[in-house]
Amino acid sequence: MSRDVPPDAPRQTASPASPGTSGLPPRVSRDAGPLLDERVLLKHGAGGRAMRRLIEGVFAREARPSTDTFVGLDALDDGAAFRMEDGRWLVVTTDTHVVHPVEFPGGDIGRLAIAGTVNDLAMMGVTAPLGLTCGMVVEEGFPVDVLTRVHDSMLATAREAGVAIVTGDTKVMGHGEIDGLVVNTTGLGFTARLVRDRGLRPGDRIIVTGTIGDHGMAIMAARHKLALDGRLRSDVAPLNGLVAAVLDAGGDAVVAMKDPTRGGLASALHEMAGKAGVGVVLVERALPLRPEVSAASELVGIDPLAVANEGKAVIGVRPEAAERVLAALRAHDLGRDAAIVGDAVSEYPGYVILDTGFGRRLVTEPEGELLPRIC
Amino acid sequence: MKIPPTPGRNPDTAALRFRDPALAADLARAIRRAADGLPSPLALMHVCGSHEQAIARYGLRDMLPPSIDVIMGPGCPVCITDLPEVDEAVALAERGVRVATYGDMVRVPGATKSLADAQAAGARVHPVYSVTQAVDLARETGDEVVFFATGFETTAVATAAVLLEGVPSNFSVLSAHKYVPPAMELVASLPDSAVAGFLAAGHAAVITGWRLFEPLARRHSLPVVVAGFEPLDILAAVLRLVELVRDRAYEVVNMYPRCVSPEGNENAQRQLWEVFTPADGRWRGIAWVPGGNLALRPQWAAVDARNRYDLAGVGEDAVQDDAGECICGPIMIGRATPHDCRLFGGTCTPDHPMGACMVSSEGACRIWHQYGGRPDLSGVPQ
Repeated sequence: MSRDVPPDAPRQTASPASPGTSGLPPRVSRDAGPLLDERVLLKHGAGGRAMRRLIEGVFAREARPSTDTFVGLDALDDGAAFRMEDGRWLVVTTDTHVVHPVEFPGGDIGRLAIAGTVNDLAMMGVTAPLGLTCGMVVEEGFPVDVLTRVHDSMLATAREAGVAIVTGDTKVMGHGEIDGLVVNTTGLGFTARLVRDRGLRPGDRIIVTGTIGDHGMAIMAARHKLALDGRLRSDVAPLNGLVAAVLDAGGDAVVAMKDPTRGGLASALHEMAGKAGVGVVLVERALPLRPEVSAASELVGIDPLAVANEGKAVIGVRPEAAERVLAALRAHDLGRDAAIVGDAVSEYPGYVILDTGFGRRLVTEPEGELLPRIC
Repeated sequence: MKIPPTPGRNPDTAALRFRDPALAADLARAIRRAADGLPSPLALMHVCGSHEQAIARYGLRDMLPPSIDVIMGPGCPVCITDLPEVDEAVALAERGVRVATYGDMVRVPGATKSLADAQAAGARVHPVYSVTQAVDLARETGDEVVFFATGFETTAVATAAVLLEGVPSNFSVLSAHKYVPPAMELVASLPDSAVAGFLAAGHAAVITGWRLFEPLARRHSLPVVVAGFEPLDILAAVLRLVELVRDRAYEVVNMYPRCVSPEGNENAQRQLWEVFTPADGRWRGIAWVPGGNLALRPQWAAVDARNRYDLAGVGEDAVQDDAGECICGPIMIGRATPHDCRLFGGTCTPDHPMGACMVSSEGACRIWHQYGGRPDLSGVPQ
């Protein structure tokens, strides 16, 4: 739940004062729409508006307010942070993972669980985590060989990230009481400089660290058994090494980071724009996109901007440092396809605008589960 | 702002796919010149969800001069499938028959419920990609399967072809197929119609041929341009249509010649009319459309679900004004846009659709919701 949209996003109720915003669609009205449903539905986990309502209505009540020395639940950043007496920040984050299928092209739930938490820490500036915990809930009847493979994959991914699993917990539930395997990981670590997701200001450049939509399209093709291109592979990978290179090259000029997981680049940029009170203009032809992802997305009618990435970051950088950061990214194995894809602007605060090369349009925040087009 | 193209992206792809931004900019300039001096606003109507998808997806309206208003007409087959037709499908599903239909149809509310509601209560509803999947379902299960057949002439041809090939005896068809030309006729005949010209849907014209639109163009003094679905297809068609309006040339021009011929696919037409016959019927939210429905011919009674099952009275009490404030109807004839609707984006979202236009991926409301509608983005720095 650490990746949802802020309760304090200025776009929600603000009437933007910049010219030409009068025709903006009413859908961003905060109070619009039905109140919280009586029961939890799948959409409440999909990372969009419904999930924000659930968090605000249930989980974030009585959250300890964030201060200069504490970042808490109310900030809905990638994790919580406590300022230590020596000035460093202790960052803690947790993530629970479910995925169907458990093993998918390019990875599995184990790799996802390690990379997800390592990446959430990295997005706040922690590139050398102290350790991870691992909690597993397994369904009765789950094959031990699959469980072994998943755990081998966790160990391999942890080695890749230079982090150890330091404690864990296992529960088994009856057949049908849960579906397969649920993996929770919690991670913690120190950073001298806390990077938030709200640091953008007009003029900053937006960089993505590689091709977008790879994970989401691979999962979609596997889950719906779409007979699509066999080259679709998840990008799931731990990014702490890449982020260390970015912070080395960019220093204080790296002002905002987010991993565009659920809801994809569209959701991540909405959050960053909303929290910072800036607009974001994306240039479509600059977006790195694998041909097979592009083809699959056209076929099934799903926007690659709206699907999950598990091995990518979106980074806001002061303009003077952008080329330097880009060069550092491209020198790294996981950042070879990195690109500057847009800019923060003062107009249209809270909105994400796509320059398609033909005209401009809004990018909307994905909502609910993405399903392939059938008709 | 200056952003270099990203290495690794193949620049040829854009050209191959009729997506060259430089050519598009040339077309946009030509449209501006052609529209100069013409009445404003100049309403050009397309009748196809795929056109709306492309226009919204690529932000094409942003390239057009403010005087040109490209509006969507009745081009969403799911949206205009009538309430009683949905009710018939729901009734069959509730009686234990397996109902197969195109995915978008499953969530469309009938008078009281949708197929999805029936499914949640235990009915067997199968979303399919094609009619052949529905036939396979009948073969594999041996159970009674009804294909709830929706869509325009494009999907009707597929239904016809499957029936002509022969289907198992446990398979039948509940036809809600519609035929577009009569609806264009209806929109053109509205006494206060502001439509100055039509963009006809390229894929439907592949079947019907472009000559089909000639009587309409003559009768209503309205030019018709057949358009494809790539950005350049659409811009080139808009340019031609504006020129025809300017020149008062009330004719049909085919701007999709790589797919569309004058007479169309005559084999497909033969199959279509061998199985279906035009019938009068209501299009949801719009009107009674003479000749707008495609009914199974009497010789196909054996596979006609309306003949096989007793559906008398089903949907008869359906109140047409189903969603109160929902303005799907005016939106579908181009008299309103989703932004004119009080429900749009608030009470009515893809998650909680109040009207069919928000359910279907071909519906104007759904498409506008997906791409942020039609805001004024003139303040965005170039």
